[in-house]
Amino acid sequence: MSQASVLRQIPTLTLLLMAGPVVAGLAGTVLPLIGTDAIERLIDWPGLGGAIRLSLVTGVVSTVLAVAVSLAIVAALHGGRRFGLLMHALSPLLALPHAAAALGLAFLIAPSGWIARLLSPWATGWSTPPDLLILNDTAGIALTLGLVVKEIPFLLLMLLAALPQADAARRMMLTQSLGYGRVWGWLLAVLPAVWPQLRLPVYAVLGYATTAVDMGVILGPSLPPPLSVQVTAWMMHPDLSWRGPAAAGALLQLALVATVLVLARLAERPIARIGRHWAESGRRCQTVDRLIAPGATTSALIIVFLVGGGMIGMGLWSVAGLWPFPQALPSPLSLATWMRTAPSLTATGGTTLLIALISTGAALALCLGCLEAEARFRLAPGTAAMWLLYLPLIVPQTAFLPGLQVLFLSIGAADTLLAVAATHLVFVLPYIFLSLAPPWRAWDGRIALAAAALGASETRTFWQLRLPMLLRPVLTAAAVGLAVSVGQYLPTLLVGGGRITTLTSEAVALSSGGNRRIIGAYAVLQMLLPAAGFLLALAIPALVFRNRQGMRAT
Amino acid sequence: MPTRRDMLTAAALCLALPAWAGPAPMDWEAVLAEARGQTVYWHAWGGDPKINDFIAWVGQQAETRYGVRLEQVKLANTADAVARVLAERQAGKTSGGAVDLIWINGENFAAMKGTGLLFGPFAEDLPNWPLVDAVGKPATVMDFTEPTGGLESPWAMAQLVFEYDSARLPQPPASASALLDWAKANPGRFTYPQPPDYLGATFLKQVLYDVTPDPAVLLKPVGDADYAAATAPLWAWLDAITPSLWRQGKAYPANEPALGQLLADGETDLSFAFNPGRASAAIAAGELQDTVRTMIWRDGTIGNASFVAIPFNAAHRAGALVIANLLLDPEVQARAQDPDVLGFQTVLNLDALSAADRARFEGLKLGVATLPPQALRPVLLEPHASWMTRIAADWITRYGVAP
Repeated sequence: MSQASVLRQIPTLTLLLMAGPVVAGLAGTVLPLIGTDAIERLIDWPGLGGAIRLSLVTGVVSTVLAVAVSLAIVAALHGGRRFGLLMHALSPLLALPHAAAALGLAFLIAPSGWIARLLSPWATGWSTPPDLLILNDTAGIALTLGLVVKEIPFLLLMLLAALPQADAARRMMLTQSLGYGRVWGWLLAVLPAVWPQLRLPVYAVLGYATTAVDMGVILGPSLPPPLSVQVTAWMMHPDLSWRGPAAAGALLQLALVATVLVLARLAERPIARIGRHWAESGRRCQTVDRLIAPGATTSALIIVFLVGGGMIGMGLWSVAGLWPFPQALPSPLSLATWMRTAPSLTATGGTTLLIALISTGAALALCLGCLEAEARFRLAPGTAAMWLLYLPLIVPQTAFLPGLQVLFLSIGAADTLLAVAATHLVFVLPYIFLSLAPPWRAWDGRIALAAAALGASETRTFWQLRLPMLLRPVLTAAAVGLAVSVGQYLPTLLVGGGRITTLTSEAVALSSGGNRRIIGAYAVLQMLLPAAGFLLALAIPALVFRNRQGMRAT
Repeated sequence: MPTRRDMLTAAALCLALPAWAGPAPMDWEAVLAEARGQTVYWHAWGGDPKINDFIAWVGQQAETRYGVRLEQVKLANTADAVARVLAERQAGKTSGGAVDLIWINGENFAAMKGTGLLFGPFAEDLPNWPLVDAVGKPATVMDFTEPTGGLESPWAMAQLVFEYDSARLPQPPASASALLDWAKANPGRFTYPQPPDYLGATFLKQVLYDVTPDPAVLLKPVGDADYAAATAPLWAWLDAITPSLWRQGKAYPANEPALGQLLADGETDLSFAFNPGRASAAIAAGELQDTVRTMIWRDGTIGNASFVAIPFNAAHRAGALVIANLLLDPEVQARAQDPDVLGFQTVLNLDALSAADRARFEGLKLGVATLPPQALRPVLLEPHASWMTRIAADWITRYGVAP
């Protein structure tokens, strides 16, 4: 087969690789339900209404808040020095697994947490922690807060990757010359151009937030818990007959996510109409700037404080001896936890990195192949194809992974490192495509035209122009992929059969013991691998393009 | 008429039969010969680094003594391993399964036994079996009143003990009614893990033992007639205490470690654990105030045993048998009972041991917070597993879906 015909097949192959496991896994989940009382048992669960409401409210409210704060931060700060500092502070947080972030936040805000310890007893008079319902509150406020702070770094990164292709700098210049403030001008002129590239990342956030398990367990209420937490609890129930209601619940979650996404899509049109109306009114709305600019800075600082403080707290726990309330710092300090975890560290860390590199490498190759095929043969994916691609992010993991496990077992491929990497690919690829496609498509095609006019082949244009010019988004996408792979728990556990252990599968098993010292040590380690990836994604382009004025980070 | 479950069991047995290869446990020399060089994957809860370290030590022993390698597959939940074996059977994998050995008891055991997912009987053919105190410790052969039938082998005894901070609570309550009075006088300083969590459900059973008119009915399967009468005092007790619980019962800790963390954080003054040595081990590790002590209720507390079982399709059955036997070795049992290691009580009958082996146990320190064995009596038997299921389900309806 010629090179071109191979390239032409890549989009189809990719879609099969994405949708195949999900469809096969879903079938493996749905088929055993037929003819059982699983659905009745789900409906009979007295907490169902409360659980659905919680999942929807925390998912939607946290996504709206996260999007609003991210937009405000970029609108108010982008281009300034503070923005660069903020991104440097936030990018390691992106790599942080959700469970670790949640535990850090929980330790910070609990009545016996770090903030209360720092203020007690001198300011509060507390010698024992107050009996206050801050964590696991019944309205899900702590859970919403956790989801918001964890998703903002991801959204900021996606925004940052999309901005250069939205011609943001010139649009801002225009609005500012017309007398608009930074924030209002950005919202009116840049946001409409950025949104199409931001839409799917926002959907991914929405899908995650309504189905999050690990954060829900740690921060969410339990009377009843969010639906996702209850479904997982049923999956783990010793009485195997609960697998039926669990599967039915997982399908219900799927329906909820689909409904929310459709509503989100429908809400765009009226919002756009309002925005157009404002733009046409010509009002300069200086108050918006006066309100949002300090608000954006404050919320950015709060996020860095909450997640960063939580992480420092967890890091301290990893070297803590006894640390009773209300001591502000542990004493004595001890390296016992690190000594204990060190031996398993090298092997587990190596496996984690290997799986992440294989799945990220494969996903990157497939995405580049798809995008190049799209550019050369006008094979742009339709709406249906895009939904197939994002199926693994939207379908709750609990709905299709158990079926997928049976599939791998029946072809004798379970328990191998490659099988785990292949399953990770299903989750890594959409994120890579999410972050890579917009900048890739927005690349100025006239450059390729000029190259062709000078006699360069399409292959040469790809390797010598397009790929190097898009080095920054490619590396960012790779770092995102690496982080996604490192953070996978259920796929690693189910397909690896426990034989393949990664930092995250170890950390979650350990966190079920609630031992903050061990969790702290693993959280630091889990963060290191992806954080290194993000640092490289920032550092390499800076190094390569140090003599290229037009390729500087904007 | 055979039920659906019977059919499944029968089908599983048919599938399991061709895999019945390898030496029988009776022929121990053949087992040892086949086990040499095998790697046994022991699926065991991985939430406690002390237990993980102990399993790693057992692995070293197995390697030196028998040439068997042991890998702990650390689980967040034992049901993961049960689900795995079930998935393998669904996929038609009747040999070469991923799970060689499972740390198991109670509902998980009943589920696997009931669906024919276990290999055996093997336990009573193990060379070390005669050392087990099956008479003095009936929990070693009765798992939640379910006869083990040799399908699982015991390796540790556990008992519910209450832990209290003696600096703040010098006179801890020793019965359900005393606990209720104390909680009302000291609101917000006591709680229990949210059922159906294992320890939370155990606490409900403990209270039930103390308040029910006729505790003997608990050892029989739950029947509709006596259920309402037997549990009415439990619900009355819970209704009375809930407003005085930590967070007024609007939130509960998830499990045993989370409950222990509340005691260490000073959020509660009174706690409990299913391991009489936990508090001492935590104090020794610098994770708990050294003012914490343990006690049991006047009429006793619930005790049970931890077991290991071998799935029907285990790839390394001979190696798994060797590990199950090694866990009953006096040296291994004494190490597990050492409060600096685990503080788990032994399953062995000390009178059946040689003088040298008995000395290993007699030489053990007790630990600052641990009660001596004679103070841990009476031990109450686990109620029939159906009580746990029913009570946990009713608890969820009454308290678990709306605060």
